[in-house]
Parts: sequence; C-alpha cells; structure tokens
Amino acid sequence: MIELSGVEKHFAGQVVVHPLSLTIKEGEFLTLLGPSGCGKTTILRMIAGFEHPSKGKILLDGADLTSLPPNRRDLNLVFQHYALFPHMTVEDNIAFGLKMKKLPAKEQQERIQEAVAMTQLTPLVKRYPHQLSGGQQQRVAIARAIANKPKVLLLDEPLGALDLQLRKNLQSELKHLQRSLGITFVYVTHDQEEAMMLSDRIVIMNSGKVEQIGTPREIYAAPTTLFSATFVGENNIFSQDGRLFAVRPEKLKAVRTEDGAKRIGEVLDVLYLGSIHKLIVQLEDEPMTVSIVFDFTDERPWQVGERVGVNWNAEDEVVIGS
Amino acid sequence: MKSKNHPLLGIHSLLVMIFIYLPIAFIIAYSFNSSRLAADWSGFTFEWYVSLFNNRRVMEALSNTLIIALVSTVVSTLLGTIAAIAIRKVGRKSRAGIGGLLYLPIIIPDIIMGLSLLVLFTQFHIPPGKFTIIIAHITFSISYVYVIVTTRLTGMKGQLEEAAQDLGADAWQTFRYVTLPQIMPGIISGAIIAFTMSLDDFMVSFFVSGPSSTTLPIYIYGQVKRGISPEINALCTILIVVSVTLIFLAQFALNRGKGQKKQSVLPF
Repeated sequence: MIELSGVEKHFAGQVVVHPLSLTIKEGEFLTLLGPSGCGKTTILRMIAGFEHPSKGKILLDGADLTSLPPNRRDLNLVFQHYALFPHMTVEDNIAFGLKMKKLPAKEQQERIQEAVAMTQLTPLVKRYPHQLSGGQQQRVAIARAIANKPKVLLLDEPLGALDLQLRKNLQSELKHLQRSLGITFVYVTHDQEEAMMLSDRIVIMNSGKVEQIGTPREIYAAPTTLFSATFVGENNIFSQDGRLFAVRPEKLKAVRTEDGAKRIGEVLDVLYLGSIHKLIVQLEDEPMTVSIVFDFTDERPWQVGERVGVNWNAEDEVVIGS
Repeated sequence: MKSKNHPLLGIHSLLVMIFIYLPIAFIIAYSFNSSRLAADWSGFTFEWYVSLFNNRRVMEALSNTLIIALVSTVVSTLLGTIAAIAIRKVGRKSRAGIGGLLYLPIIIPDIIMGLSLLVLFTQFHIPPGKFTIIIAHITFSISYVYVIVTTRLTGMKGQLEEAAQDLGADAWQTFRYVTLPQIMPGIISGAIIAFTMSLDDFMVSFFVSGPSSTTLPIYIYGQVKRGISPEINALCTILIVVSVTLIFLAQFALNRGKGQKKQSVLPF
C-alpha cells in the first residue's frame, strides 16, 4: 500500500531520519513508536507531504508521490492538536475536504452523516469546536479525515492531549473504527502500551533509526536490540561472558539463597500493585537492580533487606544483538 | 478590586483618573456652555454644535480628513496585511530584522516622520496637499496594521493551514477559507486603528499639508491660536467620541472569535 524506499531526512546538516525502507500493507494498523525526537513524526509528515525526504521515494499504491503537494495525496492526517477550523461548525469542518474535492452536495451530506454516525457526533454537528470537550474535538478531527475516504489515515499522537481514562476509551474506539473501515492506519505514538494494544505491526525508532519492526508479540517476546528490549515493557538486562541477554520480570523467580540461584541479591523494595506484586532486588555482584513480578497466587511474604536468590529458565533468556 | 485594599490605593487611583481625564472633561463640558467665555458657566446649549455644521471651513476640513483617513486606511490595511502574511515565509533571522523595520515608524517621533517626509516630497517636487498627507498617513498606518495582523497570525492555532492542505485545499483555497477568516478580526481592528490614527494626526499632517488640504486637527490648531472658542470644544468633543468609539470597536473586533481569551488590541 505505502512503500518507503531509502527515505532519509536531513535538517541543517543533521540526520533526522536515517535511510528507511518500509512497506505498509493494505488494511494494516502500523505504529511508529519511539521517544520524542526519534524522527517518527517526521516520517509521518513526509508521507503526508509536509516534509520532503532528502533522499528516497514514497509510493502509494505503486504511484510515486514524493513530489506531490499534500493537497494532492490521497491520504489524510489527524493532527496531534486536532487543528479544527475554529470558525466552522463540526459539520462544516467535516465538509471542508469534500467541498475542496467538489463532491456533489448530496454525496457530501451522505458522507458527513456516515462520518458523524461512526464517531458518535450526530447530536453535535451544529456546534463550534470551542464548545466541545477534548475528546469530542478529537472525534471531529477523525471524522473530518475519514469522510474523505482516504486510502491511508495518518495519525500523529492523536490521543496525546487527553487524560488517561479518555485515552483508554478512544483507543478501543480507534481500533474498532480501523477494523470496520478496513483502511490502512499509520499511527505515531510514544506510548508503548498504546502501541502494543492497537497495532498489527510496530516500528520501534530511536534517534532516527529503526530499532526493530515486528508484531507486538514478536517485539515483546523477542526484542532484537537493547533499546527495544527496554523501551517496550519492563525488562532485566544481564551480561555474562561478553554477551547481553534480557529476561522479563515475570520470567524471573525469587528463591531462597541456598537453592542454587543464578544471582544473589537483597530485597530493596516490595511493591503491591493489585493483581501482581513486584520485588526490586539489588544484586550483590553487579551494580544493578532487577525486578521480579509475581502473580497474585504467590503469597510468600518477602521482607525488605532479606537476601534472595534470583533464578530463571535458560529458555527465557533473550539474547540481544551487540 | 475588592474592598480589602488599602484605602489610600483607592484615593491614588482616583487622583490618577482625575489627572488624566480632567482636561478632557473640561473640553466636553464647555462645549455645552452657552457662554462664549470659558471662565463662567451660563447654561446648557447645543448651539456650538449647530454652528459647527454651518461653518463652511469646518465642513471642508472634515471632508478632507475623512477622504484622507479612508484612502490611507484602505491602502495601509492592504499593504500591512500583505506584509504580515508575507513575512512568515522569510527565515527567522531576516524576519526579526524586517519585522523591526516595519515596526519602527510607531517608535520614530512624529516630528521626525513629518520632517523627513517633507524633505522627501520637496526633493521629488511633489506639491503638498491631500496626496502627500495620504502617503504620510499610509507610512505610519502600515506599521499599526502590520503589528495587529501579525499578533493575530501568530495567535492562530497551529497547523490549521496544514490541515486545510491535507484536506485538499490548494494555496489560494487555504488562504481564502482558513487563513483569511482567522485573521479577519485582526484586519478589521488594524483598519480601525489606522483610521483613528489618520483622523487624529496633527504633527505629520502639519508638515506635509498644503493650503487646500487643511484637516480637522490642523484647523483646530489654527483656531486655537486665536483663542479657544466653544465651537472648537464641540469639535474636539466629536473627535474624542469618534476616536474612543472606534478604539472600542477595534478591541471588540480583535476579541471576536477568540473564545474566552481576551487580548489587548495594543501590543505596544
């Protein structure tokens, strides 16, 4: 559907996006995940046409759109801060793209009805953006984009400005929307939990480079770099004989010291988090702490300051390349 | 202000208000005084207002003033708005430089503006008259329009223009349907300020006016030399009312469409 081939971006002599080749499949929910400043938004803006790649090509459905301006690309962007037109009602905001495309009035109406129904905005069509809550504004931004029936919907941290509860609700709505529309979503976020929950595939980025591309399951279970091992979910990184490997906190076991543990340490903290609880252990031989997660069935009362053995199964070690 | 404040603060504020507004209050009050002498009050009258409208020279000055204000407002609003829009495309460093130059006429003393324009017009053998006053007023009005429209442009919520492009609008459509409606309150407010500035201007006009282009402020100045007549008080009162009304309108225009956020019309 979208193909990036050797796309690079430099700003003032600095490389913001290292050469990147990526194929995004039709109907896929693909997330660009990384900390702020990692280049994920730049990639999205290059696809939308607001930035020009310094090198490389961007193809949509096989057609080269590298040199097309944003208004002639058959895709739409949902902006982080919504960018709703303040002087237009919800209805007129949604109609804007349809008017620019000079669709017949009847079809415009149908598309608006469909978009507002899908985003549950029907009672609010006559309102102005400043009369809406943040979550409602976000819905309008999405409705305005999907009314155009784009081949691809680009979303730039669309839930970034909302509070946690609202985010959770809108996340599942978004996922639902993407399934029912069946269009390709390219989603940018720095929230790894959000990425895991929504995506078919995740591209993990760090300082302009792709660290790993994979399904949420692959990325969680088999991170290939130190960055993806620690950025997505909590992880414990051990080094032994010059190699690095990661073991997830839920794969670690806390045992009594005399039972032949792989590492020995001292309990630094015990955290109760409802369904799970967690030990923070300071290792004796290495200047690092590990965390161990137990599920609710483990009732052993660990005390702060107690010596503890840390153990794991060899098959749970995930070796991290260089 | 709640009553919790120190009582002296209230008295101080009152004194400041009196200091600022007493002279104006006198002018307004005496414009209704039926006595020709400013010293004593002998009753209320509209006589001076009526005689103003029958005074051919006042009416001529009024028509000059209005023509000059209208033409200079239209031209400076156009140029100032275009400048404010265009400067966004310029790099950050040159923007600061050019912006400063556009801003400068607000700070330059009027007397220097007037004098330099007079020298310029003389150099080019342009006879002083309405045309030269209009040019002079345009030069300082552009700055006001530029500053006000720029404030509005920078206050425009981010990415609106990008959103328009993303939805298929070309450069003209983006300007026509998104940018222009967004900055319209700024343009209107800038135009009103420019009109007021032109209406009130004495110093610059004085330097570049000719015998047939007397404006109201120049006429008033000429009359005052022969003593303050009640007609002048009436004329000043009209000017005050018109100016204040226009400034309020400008403030109202600029705040419109901004939701609850209020912003002063005068950023300088």
